[in-house]
Amino acid sequence: MTSDDLIRPVGGIGTADRFAVGGKAAGLGELCRAGLPVPRAFVVTALAFARAMQDIDPAGEFGPAIGRLQPADTAAIALVTADIRERIAAGPMPADVQGAISASYRRLGEELDDDGRGVPVAVRSSATGEDSAAASFAGLQDTYLWVRGAQSVLDHVRRCWASLYNAEAVAYRLRQGIGQREMAMGVVIQQMVAPVAAGVMFTCSPATGDRSLVAIEASWGLGSVLVSGEVTPDSFTVSKVTGQIVRRQVSRKTRLHRLHESGYGVVADDVPAHLRDRPCVDDDQIRAIARIGLAAEDHFGSPQDIEWALAAGSGRDVVVVLLQSRPETVWASRAAQPLAMPKARAVDHVFEHLGRIVPGTRPER
Amino acid sequence: MDGNGFSFPLPSQIADVPGAEGWQSMYQYFTRFQPEDDNRFWFHNAMHFPEPLPAFDTVTCEIPYGAIGANTARVFVFPTTLGIEHRIINGRVYITAIPVTDPAEIERRLAIFTERAGYYYENWEHLFAGWQARMEGLIRQIEAVVVPPLPEFDDAAVVTDSTGVAQNHYVRESFHQCIDLYSKMWHHHTEFLMLGYGAYVVFFEFCKQAFPEIPDQMVARMVAGIEVIMYRPDDELRRLAGLAVEYGLDDLFPENAAPDAVLAALAGRGEAGQRWLAAFDAARDPWFNVSTGDGFYHHHRSWNDDLTVPFSALPRYVRMARAGEPMTRPTAQLREERERIVAQYRSLLASDDERAAFDQMLGLARLVFPYVEDHKWYCEHWFTTQFFAKIREFGALLVRQGVLAEVEDIFQLHHTEVDQALSDVMLSWAAGSRPLGAAHFGPIIAERKQMLEALRGWVPPPALGPVPEALNDPAVRMLWGVTAETLATWAAAEGGDGHEIRGYAASPGIAQGVARVLRSVNEIGQIQDGEILVCAVTAPSWAPVFGKIKAAVSDIGGTMSHAAIVAREYGMPAVVGTGHATTLIKTGQTVRVDGDRGIVTILT
Repeated sequence: MTSDDLIRPVGGIGTADRFAVGGKAAGLGELCRAGLPVPRAFVVTALAFARAMQDIDPAGEFGPAIGRLQPADTAAIALVTADIRERIAAGPMPADVQGAISASYRRLGEELDDDGRGVPVAVRSSATGEDSAAASFAGLQDTYLWVRGAQSVLDHVRRCWASLYNAEAVAYRLRQGIGQREMAMGVVIQQMVAPVAAGVMFTCSPATGDRSLVAIEASWGLGSVLVSGEVTPDSFTVSKVTGQIVRRQVSRKTRLHRLHESGYGVVADDVPAHLRDRPCVDDDQIRAIARIGLAAEDHFGSPQDIEWALAAGSGRDVVVVLLQSRPETVWASRAAQPLAMPKARAVDHVFEHLGRIVPGTRPER
Repeated sequence: MDGNGFSFPLPSQIADVPGAEGWQSMYQYFTRFQPEDDNRFWFHNAMHFPEPLPAFDTVTCEIPYGAIGANTARVFVFPTTLGIEHRIINGRVYITAIPVTDPAEIERRLAIFTERAGYYYENWEHLFAGWQARMEGLIRQIEAVVVPPLPEFDDAAVVTDSTGVAQNHYVRESFHQCIDLYSKMWHHHTEFLMLGYGAYVVFFEFCKQAFPEIPDQMVARMVAGIEVIMYRPDDELRRLAGLAVEYGLDDLFPENAAPDAVLAALAGRGEAGQRWLAAFDAARDPWFNVSTGDGFYHHHRSWNDDLTVPFSALPRYVRMARAGEPMTRPTAQLREERERIVAQYRSLLASDDERAAFDQMLGLARLVFPYVEDHKWYCEHWFTTQFFAKIREFGALLVRQGVLAEVEDIFQLHHTEVDQALSDVMLSWAAGSRPLGAAHFGPIIAERKQMLEALRGWVPPPALGPVPEALNDPAVRMLWGVTAETLATWAAAEGGDGHEIRGYAASPGIAQGVARVLRSVNEIGQIQDGEILVCAVTAPSWAPVFGKIKAAVSDIGGTMSHAAIVAREYGMPAVVGTGHATTLIKTGQTVRVDGDRGIVTILT
């Protein structure tokens, strides 16, 4: 086994590698392939996870222990999973895995500006089987922001591994009948961006599925404040056809998530008064975000659900980066039959339409 | 009514406007609300009839509705709709479409419709070319109608040609000719219109299903023509402005100058002035036969009748020409942009099947659309301008014969009453006596003028009666913009605080400025540069005014309404179909027009 089996640069992977690196990592790899702006990152592979699990659970007891649980028995699930997580988080990490992660983290520090405290990274879980359009586990695995230093990175990799056994994730898999043995965990170690603002984007209307629109939600600071529901974000709708911002709703944004003063970890804070009612992205930025969303949609061939951030670039520039892109699932699952089929003559559409409208029976999609 | 959570007053609950009691005498008996009409839903046709109707002008609903209903119910046999019924109350016109709901009946009608409509759709271009020729023929006929002057002695030719018919006979014949030609014009008007809307609605509804949030205006943009005849009068003005600069006459077009003064100054500028005036005369016929309204009122005068409107736009166009700004619309660019939009939406469809269906529907919508866009020029503008000019000639005859005090008084009489007055004149001319009309009609006309003044102040409810389950009449939706959502908006405005007014997002963009509320087309001279126009309804011939304003708001109108089309052309925000803007907004208030969302906010 070489370190290439344990660690992969995000730039070298794609959808085909999703069983080796997990869905989130594979998605990031695809974004890189599409030439889209993604912060630098490398992935601790599912194989590294499997190697570690051989040491942590040599007898293979975790799978059967969970298999005996009833999906509705939350108390038992909590008890069993807490024990497993404890064992993973405190367990040994094989020396070659440790070495590979540390070396890659060091290289990341050399590429970026390391202020001596270790380059700040986000450590993200990337479960295999995650992010499929059919069953999104989104949000059921952990992400850790503003992690610095090799030792801390190693600790957080373990926590990500452990998060495979979050009570909610386990309960979800039990309910869905997904076998525990099929699950593995990749971990993405990604350059931390300090966003001025961040948010989410759907490359179709979340309200109606209208594919001619891009819906963007944005708030000050890290996007986690928006995902956690602590603020009502600004929201913008951009027409894919004209590029115009066709709807805008600027909200009062009272809270933000940002780097803790110590330089480690995330803290929630009040938004400075003068920024609360101001739009956190300007029109050019909105259009730039939408353009990047469209490029992602083009690459994947279907509407996307995207996390983005506005990161400080060189000088005073602000650049849009993508943190994650996954297929939009709500409207994709409603893929209906064609709205209309071509007919023998164009006028037949008129005859059908005018012949069928009866008051009270307006045709619905 | 309860199911929808809102309702409108019943016709029987509407009281006479104080000072206008007895308004019923102005209108024919068949326009009155009946007790059973309380059970039906009616909406105020403020798009065509925003002001109280003078008695003569009822001809502009009596005849059109007679033509439209015949076309849909009897000629083409539309499957789900019969005709449109109208009622007049307090001078305002309320209409309702009569639906066909029995599935067996729809099936039976559909078989006939398929055959008849199919013939028109399949031969559309050829038939439309014939239509244009027929319409120009009708215009020549109405222009050629002679109103007998009734001199002391008839022409000698009656004797020498032995025609044997004295000219008082032709008074009635000529008048009936005018009414009959007007009626024929309306039959031709509707000949293609409902089929045109039908084809457009199919494409529109498909787009709304495929892209649920697509703005109405985007659907219209994909279909709209680039060379549209209704833009021509305004294009002619721009061309004349360009000529003024080219000939070195641009100093003769100051702001706010009276047309007569400008024309006199031009006449005094030698050969250059003469050349410009020749170009001006050429442009006037036919392009200045454009109504400043849309031809539904006798006082919607054409540019030829009142040069104030074109001359109020000329100074600005002259300045633009002098500054070297492009004076023609960038048609190639507009066409390219239209095709780009189509390609974008098309590529977003889910399958090749949908794309093939989209192509068929768009193709048909584009086939029919030139008629939808161009018919108004021939009918409501060119023909109608000539029609009202002829009626004024009869007015002049009645003044000369001592029946009327003023030419315009003829419009206070219903056309059947004009018939009576003309009989009176025909008899008295023959007998050598005095017509009795002055004593009979004098007090009636005076009373009606007073009543119309009182009725003008009445704010008609946007709708009357119980709200139906659905509004699916293609004309009602496309032309008047009346849908379940519109009704909810109207009903909300009835009880709302009035600071936010909702309507159709007709043309995108956001503008803020001082409102100018115009109750009638005759007030259009009041508009100042940079104001926001708030009106009941606009017509494309208001185009020069659109050069001055920042945004437009109207009480009534859908995507295909004139305000929407012209505002899009001028690239300014517009919100149409608000129901109440002219009553909720006062001139001088600051308002914000959000043409993206269809919201007008009163700020001060």
